[in-house]
Amino acid sequence: MSPAIGATLNRVDGRFKVRGESRYSAEVPVPNLTHAVVVNAKIASGRITAIDTSEAERAEGVLAVLTHRNLSPVATVPKLLPSLAGLAAPGQSFFPMQDETIHYAGQPVAIVVADTIERADHAGTLIRFEYAPTPATTLLDQARDQAYVPERIFGGLLPGHASRGDVAKALAEAEVCVDTTYRFAPNHHNPIEPSASTAVWEDADRLTVYDSTQGPNSVQFTLAELLGLPPISIRVVSHAVGGSFGSKAMVWHHPALAALAARHVGRPVRLVLTREQMFTSCGHREEQEQRITLAAGADGRITALRHHKLSLTSPFDDWAEPSLQSPSVAYTSPNYEGIYHLVRGNTITPTFTRAPGEATGMFALECAMDELAERIGVDPLELRLRNYSATDPESGKPWSSSGLTECYQRAAELFGWHGRDPRPRSRREGQWLIGTGMASALYPVTQPVNPQRARARLYNDGTAVVEAGVSEFGTGVFTAMTQVAADGLGIPVERVRFVGGSSDLPNVTAAVGSAGTSAVGSAVHLATTQLRDELIRRAVADDHSPLRGADPAAVQVRDGKMVLRDRPDVGETYADLMHRTFMPDVEVLGTWNPPPQDAGYGVHTFGAQMAEVAVDADLGVVRVRRMVGVFAPGRVLNRKTAHSQLMGGMLWGLGQALLEATRMDPRMGRWANASLGDYLVPVNADAPDVVVDTIEVHDEVVNPLGMKGVGEIGVVGVAAAIANAVHHATGRRQYELPITLEKLL
Amino acid sequence: MRPVSYSRATDVGAAIGAVSADPESAFLAGGTTQVDLLRIYVEQPRRLVDINDLPLNRIEELPGGGLRLGGLARMSDVAEEPELVRRYPMVAEALLLGASPQLRHMATIAGNLMQRVRCSYFRDVAAGCNKRAPGTGCSAIDGINRGHAVLGTSDCCIATHPSDLGVALVALDAVVQTEGPGGTRSIPIDDFFLLPGQTPEREHPLTHGELVTGIDLPPLPVAATSRYIKIRDRESYEFALASVAVAMSVVDDRITEIRLALGGVATKPWRARQAERLLDGAPATTESFTRAAEAELAPAVPHGMNTFKIELARRTIVRALEIMAQREGTT
Ligand SMILES: Cc1cc2nc3c(=O)[nH]c(=O)nc-3n(C[C@H](O)[C@H](O)[C@H](O)COP(=O)(O)OP(=O)(O)OC[C@H]3O[C@@H](n4cnc5c(N)ncnc54)[C@H](O)[C@@H]3O)c2cc1C
Ligand code: SF4
Repeated sequence: MSPAIGATLNRVDGRFKVRGESRYSAEVPVPNLTHAVVVNAKIASGRITAIDTSEAERAEGVLAVLTHRNLSPVATVPKLLPSLAGLAAPGQSFFPMQDETIHYAGQPVAIVVADTIERADHAGTLIRFEYAPTPATTLLDQARDQAYVPERIFGGLLPGHASRGDVAKALAEAEVCVDTTYRFAPNHHNPIEPSASTAVWEDADRLTVYDSTQGPNSVQFTLAELLGLPPISIRVVSHAVGGSFGSKAMVWHHPALAALAARHVGRPVRLVLTREQMFTSCGHREEQEQRITLAAGADGRITALRHHKLSLTSPFDDWAEPSLQSPSVAYTSPNYEGIYHLVRGNTITPTFTRAPGEATGMFALECAMDELAERIGVDPLELRLRNYSATDPESGKPWSSSGLTECYQRAAELFGWHGRDPRPRSRREGQWLIGTGMASALYPVTQPVNPQRARARLYNDGTAVVEAGVSEFGTGVFTAMTQVAADGLGIPVERVRFVGGSSDLPNVTAAVGSAGTSAVGSAVHLATTQLRDELIRRAVADDHSPLRGADPAAVQVRDGKMVLRDRPDVGETYADLMHRTFMPDVEVLGTWNPPPQDAGYGVHTFGAQMAEVAVDADLGVVRVRRMVGVFAPGRVLNRKTAHSQLMGGMLWGLGQALLEATRMDPRMGRWANASLGDYLVPVNADAPDVVVDTIEVHDEVVNPLGMKGVGEIGVVGVAAAIANAVHHATGRRQYELPITLEKLL
Repeated sequence: MRPVSYSRATDVGAAIGAVSADPESAFLAGGTTQVDLLRIYVEQPRRLVDINDLPLNRIEELPGGGLRLGGLARMSDVAEEPELVRRYPMVAEALLLGASPQLRHMATIAGNLMQRVRCSYFRDVAAGCNKRAPGTGCSAIDGINRGHAVLGTSDCCIATHPSDLGVALVALDAVVQTEGPGGTRSIPIDDFFLLPGQTPEREHPLTHGELVTGIDLPPLPVAATSRYIKIRDRESYEFALASVAVAMSVVDDRITEIRLALGGVATKPWRARQAERLLDGAPATTESFTRAAEAELAPAVPHGMNTFKIELARRTIVRALEIMAQREGTT
């Protein structure tokens, strides 16, 4: 493999971003543009009994006021399906503004279209609604007794319960048992760019939508169903996306609402969600509680794991973020029981939120492991090693690759773990109690279902354009794809231009579940290597080529020149061959058919997290001093962007541990802190010294390049490492996130 | 936001005239509070009078050794003024621990004193709030009130006064200089902030159109040994859960002079007079500090989520006094 893959290449889009030249979906210039603003229900449950739009309609600049009474209904409401499946992927099995019923606060009840966004917004406040409210459920505590066990969760992709062995027996016979319950505040994504859609009807059955999304094709397919149009009628473009963290992984209501509004006014419509609307329009991590019961022998070997989760879902979907999946395979445990319990409430369907499921599930498991280690007097790292599973404990199949023990070892070296005094409150520096903690990180490798495609076209000057429908939402995927393409073709990265961000381009699945780069990367790899092989084949078959008659397998390409592997002086450039044979360009469509999820291997990404905290002994303030994260994510395409992803994930983990919480006011059924001033995320001053490292593992199973993904593994385990460090510092266990200072006073 | 007209005033008289003539008008300084509240319909003036061109941004010496801070001086400029840093370090610290660098570059110090509460119900026009809409009830008393006040509350409003600067100023007995349609006034800072009582919509004694022209810091040698301690969930860019402004001098292990004020826990920047009385002349020991802190917080009223603030405030007072005592001891 040539050196482009794995190199530290600066972001190809970095220059445009820092110069303010990237075009986000709300910035694409469109002639004759109008602006739409969504008006949201203020009650959480009930009915609209009267609407008076007259004042709003008279307001200056207003073109239309749409409510369920005059908005044309959608054709069909598709069922929730995670966007990784590659089909229509609505965030919930519900579409608003079809009737007068209100299911949750923030549900869209009207759209105002005007000549400026300010006028549309103001006119929205002039609509008078009358409601007949009914009692709402917005907190778990209001309806615990109504919990049920769903047959399947997550859009039907995962079972609602699973078990192996005999948990009851193992618990009865356990020498040690840890049984704890953890509570998690709801979390919101808070990307810097609020979601936006600009809808332009080119004619009655040709729609272009500029949308901020993790998957242009998901938007295309979802809009096709909602609008009752064939996919050929819909083009979705996403030039640049200002972060997502899961808020743009599914297709929510705003692109369709923009399209319907645009059709109504007969002009292009731009619809930008406000920051506050970002708290009610794109899902969130649901309020939840998890109970972990660990049974073990006196030596710490786990004999049973019972993991129950209780969480709040919407009236429409059996959604729970899959918190039980990674914990169920983290350690050897012959007996296992995992059950999701759901309570229906008046909420939008929750959704993917950075490391959806793993961030909470691994928190619960890894805090319980720390308690077990303390109970039996074993070093927490040693306890994990004793329970390390060389095979997938669920299926008994080997891991496609692991690297977990190496991650532990490397993290321990970088952190200086060994020799740690395990006694709580054993280290003090002035007012600060110092503690250290660790956790394992696991994240499943999820495969797309549909074929992943990319197109590579090489011009006869030796430059190439490579295309796929992936969008760039800050992960660095365009940069990594430039590297994969350069490697595949054997040309320098400067001669490659990667183009993505449109549903017109070869179809790849939405970039979700940390699988985006590997999905599109596999397709780009196949497209470019097949194109290279095609040209080698033509060269060896061409009488005028210095390579004529050579074995294609003996030819390699360096710097755009095809040469004999053992006689690099013999060969010619792509350009020479193409000019001589009158080829302006050569184009290949690469298709990667992902292996089935159950391909005879357990597939997971592994890592180890360590953190040191200082807790103010009197004031309870927790400050993270340093973190070390070591991961085995398979092949790393770009060291710089991969490390940035992992580091960013770790900082989000810090936020999950100490800061992030959306607070529900159950009397109103509304969030009480829907702003970036009140929903705290870490700022630079909170960011400690973060060391990121990777362990090389070769994985022949997951995909042609052996990538397992760096998107979310960085988040997993951080909160547990911090909570365990807080316990080490203070002697106080933490059972609720975030760990705010009043819990330590 | 509601349509609004905008004009720029070039002299003080014109600014005051423009605003006082129109009950639906307001001054616009840095806009960091005002524009936010316009966008969410909490404030709905029809007319904004921009006062940024007024010559009120200087920092001047006062006869007798005080400093006058122009009302339109930016938070960042005031915080960097060498004489202020030397003579009133707690003011500089209070400014630098507030907001973010970007905001401090825009925000004026008059605007800082005039900023509105951060209570989320105040900012949600669909919620009941006596301060925003008198008579609609206080949603915070039985609601999400982790950030709310435990001192100076009433059954009408429990919103915390958000200003850090104000806390340092009440400790110093600063004086607010104003000019309005009726002429100029000097208002002692403690009278400038009103308790909510039964009229939480009234936050200060200014009449409509009265402009804050400056803030006078009196000569106060003890202020040269002062600190501002701010406790919050994250390291930066957040309001206080509890804060303490303290100036103290210690002679022979006894406190000879003390100025103490609290932020983050009260409905106005809170001069801790009860604690000051107990500390004045007392030995500079943790016992004295604890006794004073307990006395100051004795009248505190918790409202559920904010109960912890009582203990946090006590401990923060003790911490601040200990820091001062150590520093005084070593110099
Ligand atoms: C995200 C965020 C975080 C913040 N964090 C902190 C913090 O930690 N600590 C802190 O202390 N503050 C904090 N602030 C508040 C900030 O300091 C104030 O918003 C700022 O000081 C207001 O000044 P301004 O010039 O922008 O006032 P404007 O927004 O222009 O005006 C505010 C109000 O004062 C009136 N006004 C302005 N000038 C005068 C005058 N000269 N005379 C009479 N009335 C006047 C206006 O009419 C308006 O009603 C924060 C603000 C934000 C947005
Ligand atoms: S605390 Fe004050 S500002 Fe907040 S809701 Fe109550 S009355 Fe309004």
